[in-house]
Amino acid sequence: MKEYKPKIVCFLCKWCTSAGADLAGTSRLKYPSSILPIRVMCSSRIDPMFVVKAFLNGADGVFIGGCHPGDCHYHEGNYHTRRRFAMLIKVFNTLGLESKRLKLSWISASEGTKFAKVSNEYTEEIKNYGENPSKWNVFL
Amino acid sequence: MKRIGVFICHCGINIKGTVDVERLTEELAQYPGVAYIENYIFMCSEPGQKLIRDTIIEHKLDGVVVAACSPTLHETTFQDALEEMNINRHQLEVANIREQCSWVHDDIEEGTRKANLIIKTAVEKLKLNESLTPIFASLTKRVLIIGGGIAGIQAALDIADGGYEVILVEKEPSIGGHMIQLSETFPTLDCSQCIMTPKMVAVNKHKNIKLYANSELESIEGFVGNFKVNIKRKPQYVDPDKCTICDDCTPVCPVVVPSEYDEGMGWRKAIYIPFPQSIPATFTIDTENCLGFNPIACTKCSDACEPDAIDYDKKPEYFEEEIGAVIVATGFDLYSVDNMAEYGYGKYPDVLDGLQFERILSATGPTGGEMYRPSDGKVPKEIVFIQCSGSRDPERHLPYCSRICCMYTLKHAKLYKHKVHDGQPYIFYIDIRSGGKRYEEFVQQAVSEDGIVYFRGKVARIYKEADKMIVHGIDTLTSKKIEIKADMVVLAMGIKPNNSAEKVISNLKLNTDENGFLIEAHPKLRPVESLQSGFYLAGTAQGPKDIPDTVSQASAAAAKVLALLSNDEISHSPIVAIVNEELCSGCGICVSTCPYGARELDEIKKIATVNDVLCEGCGACISVCPSSAAQQKNLTDEQILNMVKIYSYL
Ligand SMILES: Cc1cc2nc3c(=O)[nH]c(=O)nc-3n(C[C@H](O)[C@H](O)[C@H](O)COP(=O)(O)OP(=O)(O)OC[C@H]3O[C@@H](n4cnc5c(N)ncnc54)[C@H](O)[C@@H]3O)c2cc1C
Ligand code: SF4
Repeated sequence: MKEYKPKIVCFLCKWCTSAGADLAGTSRLKYPSSILPIRVMCSSRIDPMFVVKAFLNGADGVFIGGCHPGDCHYHEGNYHTRRRFAMLIKVFNTLGLESKRLKLSWISASEGTKFAKVSNEYTEEIKNYGENPSKWNVFL
Repeated sequence: MKRIGVFICHCGINIKGTVDVERLTEELAQYPGVAYIENYIFMCSEPGQKLIRDTIIEHKLDGVVVAACSPTLHETTFQDALEEMNINRHQLEVANIREQCSWVHDDIEEGTRKANLIIKTAVEKLKLNESLTPIFASLTKRVLIIGGGIAGIQAALDIADGGYEVILVEKEPSIGGHMIQLSETFPTLDCSQCIMTPKMVAVNKHKNIKLYANSELESIEGFVGNFKVNIKRKPQYVDPDKCTICDDCTPVCPVVVPSEYDEGMGWRKAIYIPFPQSIPATFTIDTENCLGFNPIACTKCSDACEPDAIDYDKKPEYFEEEIGAVIVATGFDLYSVDNMAEYGYGKYPDVLDGLQFERILSATGPTGGEMYRPSDGKVPKEIVFIQCSGSRDPERHLPYCSRICCMYTLKHAKLYKHKVHDGQPYIFYIDIRSGGKRYEEFVQQAVSEDGIVYFRGKVARIYKEADKMIVHGIDTLTSKKIEIKADMVVLAMGIKPNNSAEKVISNLKLNTDENGFLIEAHPKLRPVESLQSGFYLAGTAQGPKDIPDTVSQASAAAAKVLALLSNDEISHSPIVAIVNEELCSGCGICVSTCPYGARELDEIKKIATVNDVLCEGCGACISVCPSSAAQQKNLTDEQILNMVKIYSYL
């Protein structure tokens, strides 16, 4: 049987998490190709709609990476993200979608190892959940 | 539709090793919008760039995707290539298929599949990119330098000599940093004070340098070219304009505390001047120890002060300065010896760290440069030096090599031998790292002439027996146990970022590595710039280094700043927010979200506006807009959703 390869849409902020992902590369750390990056300037740019769309379009997981609280390049963008993420989880639960497939993580430019670790662990988690069941059932 | 050219780089075998570039070229040739596709060994090389330029003409391209390394490396290189062909630089997208693809995957199938998707997202984004022109803003031709060690001093002098004004902020009452504490300096053994004090005086005298000593940065706002900073000057309680440095105050002060300058090896009073050549030359009252803050208890110095320079009620002062760029030169501190309990530091007065030993060696130190040990004033006849104390020990201490301690230990042993001819220095080491210019010669000369005994190995334990320090170690070259009855032990402590740097670095929103050192924009090609524009790095704040490297880096940072200031205007990224006036309801949520005050309500039109110059392009105001009236240029909702589709559709 073909191995199930999840698709994880990853929104990475330019200053911290995307730079951390670059460092994971420079350090030649390995993680699965399920991690599919989209670089934005700040995690606060991520409209909840992007997450919902990714999910309903068929992504098996959605990952948001930003700077550690207090370290946001734009001072407070990640605080918006943190609140918005909490709200997203509520909305997902209310609609009966699997909120456990969403992940928010703070990864700095120096944390290449953390980026690789989170990518490995999160892919394993999503693999255990199997394919996203909503993708055939809900349309927006 | 836009005619897009896709150029896939092999990066030697760095990309090609895990991404099948030929297959990718075939697969993507049919992708809608791709008018031309090619792969090449090194896209960033001149032939690679020429390929782009020629193809733009030949195939009438109006947009280019380069699939290569991270955009932080070569985005501007390729943007420049487009501009040369009169194509707007925002018609370029870089697909990061190296750092975020080929380098992190092993399997060529996986790597190729993912690279395919990454390139498609770049093509989708590019299809909707607008051509943009930079936003020009005025440029304040003044520079802030934080830290007045040799790095900050060198950078300040270079920039000031170049004709621009420098604001130098030093947290201590005097500039000079650690270098002013050193005795003589390797590899030439010139006296540190002799080469340092003329530079300090030059800072004080320079008409283009404004020095804030005993001061710290409170806040910063703005962007490259246009920062506003607030500087807090902590009260010194002595008016520098009235003080004549007569030193009538210190003899009458009843409070004696360990001197910071002498690293606790000597004493000072509660009213003090850090060292005789301090710049600025003023006394300071140390509030923690002074009794005079209760006037009933003591007013001795104030009574003795003829010019009436002492004011116990002095409050902190705040200063606003406008500047265009910042150099961070906050330096280092020794890794705390308190972490090295096994070596008896703190318990035994004759176990010292490197800087304490510098003070004992120094002619301006507490012993006047004579070699006496702290416990009983005896001349030490046998000294054990322990290299890599706290360095290169990822399990328990600092993981990295501190780079300077091999050399300063050897210098210590040599200078000791010059003072105590019949003395015996022993050095425990892991390796001897002497990579600098004339450093190896310095090592060889000391070993052959000064009778230094080296043991390769670590010290396990130190304890006291009568008036000797018993040092137990193993020489790993002979596998023999070593026991030395020493009179003194010097720990060559490693170095770490300055204890008070963390606060200011987080205030400036700069990135540090896992050890707290500042991260440069590129480790090889942009070593003195930060990724955050307008910020530059110099000295040991960026990583351990000796004086020659510190000074080179400081001059390099100054050169970068001078290049910036030679422009009349500064260009600002046009990737800013825009408002669709028809959709905007004027609710004002964006106004309260923007951290830069770039969003305002137009009271007449009843809509929100964007001040392009202030907008930093984070996009926070876009995702809060309930009417979808706000968008980010070249990163619109539609562009992001199109990228999301590439990844999530089956
Ligand atoms: C024991 C010892 C011996 C050495 N011997 C030699 C030698 O022989 N030859 C050689 O080449 N090198 C030697 N070195 C290395 C040398 O000391 C350093 O390379 C050099 O001092 C680094 O200068 P710097 O300006 O980067 O840092 P520092 O000298 O640490 O200066 C940093 C300055 O910034 C200030 N500062 C910090 N934080 C703030 C803040 N938040 N706001 C305002 N100001 C701030 C500090 O007070 C300080 O004045 C030795 C080092 C040690 C420890
Ligand atoms: S410079 Fe020498 S003593 Fe210092 S950490 Fe590196 S190897 Fe050890």
